[in-house]
Amino acid sequence: MGHSSGSDIHGELGHVLPLKTYKTVLGALLILTIITVAVSRVDFGTMNLVVAMVVASIKAVLVALFFMHLKYESPITWLYAGIPVFLLGLLIGGVFIDDPLRVDPKNATVSVAEVGTSKASARDHAGDHHGANHH
Amino acid sequence: MSHGEHAHTLDDPQGPPHIHHMDPPTAYHAAKFGMWLFLATELLLFGVMFAAFAVFRWKYFHEFHEASSHLNWKLGALNTAVLLISSYYAAIAVDHAQHGRNKQVLKSLLITIGCAVGFLIIKTIEYSEKYHHGYFIGGENFHEFKTFLPLYFCMTGIHALHVIIGMGLLGWVATLAAKNRFSSRYYTPVEVGALYWHLVDLIWIYLFPLLYLVG
Amino acid sequence: MSASSTTAIAGSETNYLNCERGIWSWLTTVDHKRIALMYLYTLTLFFFVGGIAALAVRTELAFPGGQIMSADTYNRWFTAHGVIMIFLFIVPGIPAVMGNFLLPLMIGAYDVAFPKLNLLSLYVYWLGAAMALVSLGIHPVDTGWTFYGPYSIKTGSAVVWMTGAAFVLGFSSILTGLNFIVTIHKLRCPGMTWWRLPVFVWALYATSAIQVLATPVVGMTLMLLIFERAFGVGVFNPALGGDPVLFEHFFWFYSHPVVYIMVLPAFGVIGEIIPVFSRKPLFGYRAVVVSSMGIALVGFVVWAHHMLVSGISDFSAQFFSIVTFLVAIPTAVKVFNWVSTMYKGSITFSTPMLYAMAFVFLFMIAGTTGIYLATLAVDVFYHDTYFVVAHFHYTIQGGAVIGLIAALHYWFPKMFGKMYNDLIARAAWFLIILGFNLTFLPQFVLGMQGMPRRYYDYLPQFADLHLASTIGAYINAFGYSLALLNLFWAMAVSKKKAPSNPYDALGLEWRTQSPPIKDNFETIPTVDDTPYAYGTPVASH
Repeated sequence: MGHSSGSDIHGELGHVLPLKTYKTVLGALLILTIITVAVSRVDFGTMNLVVAMVVASIKAVLVALFFMHLKYESPITWLYAGIPVFLLGLLIGGVFIDDPLRVDPKNATVSVAEVGTSKASARDHAGDHHGANHH
Repeated sequence: MSHGEHAHTLDDPQGPPHIHHMDPPTAYHAAKFGMWLFLATELLLFGVMFAAFAVFRWKYFHEFHEASSHLNWKLGALNTAVLLISSYYAAIAVDHAQHGRNKQVLKSLLITIGCAVGFLIIKTIEYSEKYHHGYFIGGENFHEFKTFLPLYFCMTGIHALHVIIGMGLLGWVATLAAKNRFSSRYYTPVEVGALYWHLVDLIWIYLFPLLYLVG
Repeated sequence: MSASSTTAIAGSETNYLNCERGIWSWLTTVDHKRIALMYLYTLTLFFFVGGIAALAVRTELAFPGGQIMSADTYNRWFTAHGVIMIFLFIVPGIPAVMGNFLLPLMIGAYDVAFPKLNLLSLYVYWLGAAMALVSLGIHPVDTGWTFYGPYSIKTGSAVVWMTGAAFVLGFSSILTGLNFIVTIHKLRCPGMTWWRLPVFVWALYATSAIQVLATPVVGMTLMLLIFERAFGVGVFNPALGGDPVLFEHFFWFYSHPVVYIMVLPAFGVIGEIIPVFSRKPLFGYRAVVVSSMGIALVGFVVWAHHMLVSGISDFSAQFFSIVTFLVAIPTAVKVFNWVSTMYKGSITFSTPMLYAMAFVFLFMIAGTTGIYLATLAVDVFYHDTYFVVAHFHYTIQGGAVIGLIAALHYWFPKMFGKMYNDLIARAAWFLIILGFNLTFLPQFVLGMQGMPRRYYDYLPQFADLHLASTIGAYINAFGYSLALLNLFWAMAVSKKKAPSNPYDALGLEWRTQSPPIKDNFETIPTVDDTPYAYGTPVASH
C-alpha cells in the first residue's frame, strides 16, 4: 500500500491522504485517551474538567480534520462545522446566565439599598442547597 | 489520480450514477456538503443534552461526582478505543474507495461494523450491570443521583441508537462495495457513510470523559 | 437568455402537470414542482382545520360565560389551533410550497440538489401530520402549543403523540432546509452570482439555515419530554430534581428562531413583488439581503424574552430584553427598503401588490408592538395577555400568512398557467384585511386592559371588544375561503390561460413557459444582471 504514501493529491473529487496520516492520527487519539483517563485518576479539582474537555476537543479536532477531511474542505463546510459549536456555546451560556444567577424569592429583599447584601446572602443560601460549585 | 488510468467508458458500472440535474463532481460535493449539514443538526441534537448535563452538573455537583464513580470507566475507556479504531477503519475504507479497491473497502467496513457490534455488546454489559443495581430506567435507584442517571441513559441510549443507524448505513455501503460499485471516480456513499460514522465517534469522545471520568 | 425566451414563446403543450398522469405519478414524483403542489394541498387542508379551531375558540369567546363548549374542551381547541397552525401549516408554509416550487426556477436549475430527499421530506411531513391527527383523535392535547412542564408531564391528554408529531415534522423541516442550502450553494446557473440572487432565494437561505440549526434543539427537547412521560427521567420535572424552566430555555431556543422561519420567506416574497409592481429596482438590495441574514443571526440570541416572567435571573432577563431590541434594526431596514422601492415608482395596484402593501402595514404594527413586549418592565405587565396574542398574530398572520397568500396570487399564473378572477381576489383581499384588523386590533386593547390569554371566560367589561374580535374572525375566515376558492376555481375550472410572463418581471422563473416544463428549462439559462433592473433599458428585454 505504499502507492499513496507521501503523495498529496487533490483530485476532482475528495482529498487523498497518505495512509501514514491516518495511522498517526489513530495513535494520537489512543494516546490522548490514555492521558485523559490517567489525569482523571488524580484529583485536580476543577482542573479535571478543564483537562478532560481540552483533551476531548483535541481529539475531536483530529477526527474532524483528518478522518473527516475537514482540513481540505471549503470555507463553507468549515462554517457549518463551526456554527453548531457556536450555537451550543450560546445555548449553554444562555442557560448559565440564568440558572446560577437566580435569586431565591425567599431571600429577596424589598429595599433597593440592600440589594448588595441580599445577593450575597442568596449566594450563601444557594451554596447550602446545591453544594459548592467551587469544588 | 494515479489509479484512474484504466480506460473507463461512460456506461462503466464503476462510474458515477447518471443524474440529470447535476454533473458528477457537483453531485459528489453536494452529497458531502449535505452530510456535513446533517452532522451539524446531529451535533445540536446532542447539544441539548450536553447543555442539560452542564447545568445539572453545576446544580448537583456532589451527586454527579459520586454517580460518575459508579460507572465502569474501564469499560468506558475500552469502548472509546473500540470506537476510535472503528473510525480509523471507516477512514481507511474511504482511502481504499478513492483508489477503487472494492474488496478492501468491504473489508474495512466490515471491521468498522464489527467494532460497532463490540461497542454495543460492551454497552449492554454496562447497562445490565446498572440494571442489577436498580439504576436502570424505572429502577428504584434511578433518581439516586438526581438527574445524572437519567441523562446518562438518554445520552448513551441515543448515542447507541446512532451507532445502530450508522451500522445500517455502512452495511448498505458495504453491499455496494461487494458489488464492485466504487472507483476513483465514484465513491460518494463510502465517504458520506464514513462522515456519519465519524460523528458517532465524535459524540462519544465527549461523552466518555464527561460521564465516566469527571462526572 | 434568448434561448429560454424563445422556448416560452414556442410554449409547447407538455408541462410538469400533464407530462405524467395518475395518482401514482404524483406520489412517486421527484419533481420539486409537483412536491410543492402536494405540500400546497395538504397545507391548505390544515389551514382550514386550524381555522375551524380558531373559529371555535372565537365563537366560545363571543360572549361572557360558557357558550358552546366546556372549559376543558376550550383548552383542547386552542391547543389544536396553535399546534396545527404552527407545526402543520406555517412552519412548512412558504418554504415547502413556494420555496420548493420556485427555488430551482429562480436560480436556473433543473431541480433541487436531492430530489429524492425532497420527496422523503414530504412523506415525513405526512407521517408527522398523521401522528398529530392521531393525537387529536384519541385525546386532544390541552397544554397549549408550547407544551410547558410540569403540566405537560402530568396531563392525561395525548402529549406523546403530539410532541412525537412535532419531532417528526421537525425532521421534515430539517431535510427541506438542508436540501435548499445545498441547492443554493451548488446549483446556481452560470452568471447567478450571490449578489444576483433574488431576495426570495436569500430569504430561503436564511430560513433554511435556521431550520437546519434550530430544529434539532427542539426535536431533542420534545424527545426528552416524551422520555419524561414514558420513563420518568425527571430532567424537566421539579419533583424529581429537574427544572421546568430549562424546558422553556430549550423550547424557545428553537421556537423563537422559528418565528423567523415563518416570516423571513414572507419578507422575501414581498421583496419580489414590490419592485415588479413599482417598476423600480429593489431599493438597497444588499441591505435587504444582509438584514435577512442579520435577522437569522440575532434571532438565535433573544429566546429568553419569552421567559421574562418565568423566574429567570434578573441579569438574563435584562440581557435578553436588550438584545431583543436589536431585531428591530434589520426588520426596520427591510420596511424602509420596501417603502423606498415604492417611492416615485409607477405602482400597479394588482392583487399581489395589494397583499404586499397590506403586509408592510400590518408588519409595521407587529414590529412596533414587539418593542413593547421586549421592554422588560412593560412585558411584566403585558406578558400572557391578549396583547401578546395580537402581536403574535400581526407577525404571523399579518406577516407570514399574508405573505403566503401574496405569493400564491403572484406566482399562480406560473404554477398553473391560468389566471384567476381579479375582482374576486381583490374583494377577498379587502375582507381578509378588514376581518384581520377587526379581530386583532381589539385584542391589543383587551390585553392592555388586562385580559389574560388562554382564558375560557372573562369579565363583563371585556364583552364588547371580544364580540368585535369574534365578528372579525368570521369576516377574516370568509375572506380566506373566498380567496382560496377563487384560486381553486381558476386552477380547476377556468380556461383563462396565463402568458409565461404576465407582469413583465425579470426573474428567471418568468423566462420559462407557464406552467413550466418538467425540467424547468430546455437548457440551463445564463444570467448577466440582477433580477430587479426595472425602469432601465434592460427591463424591456
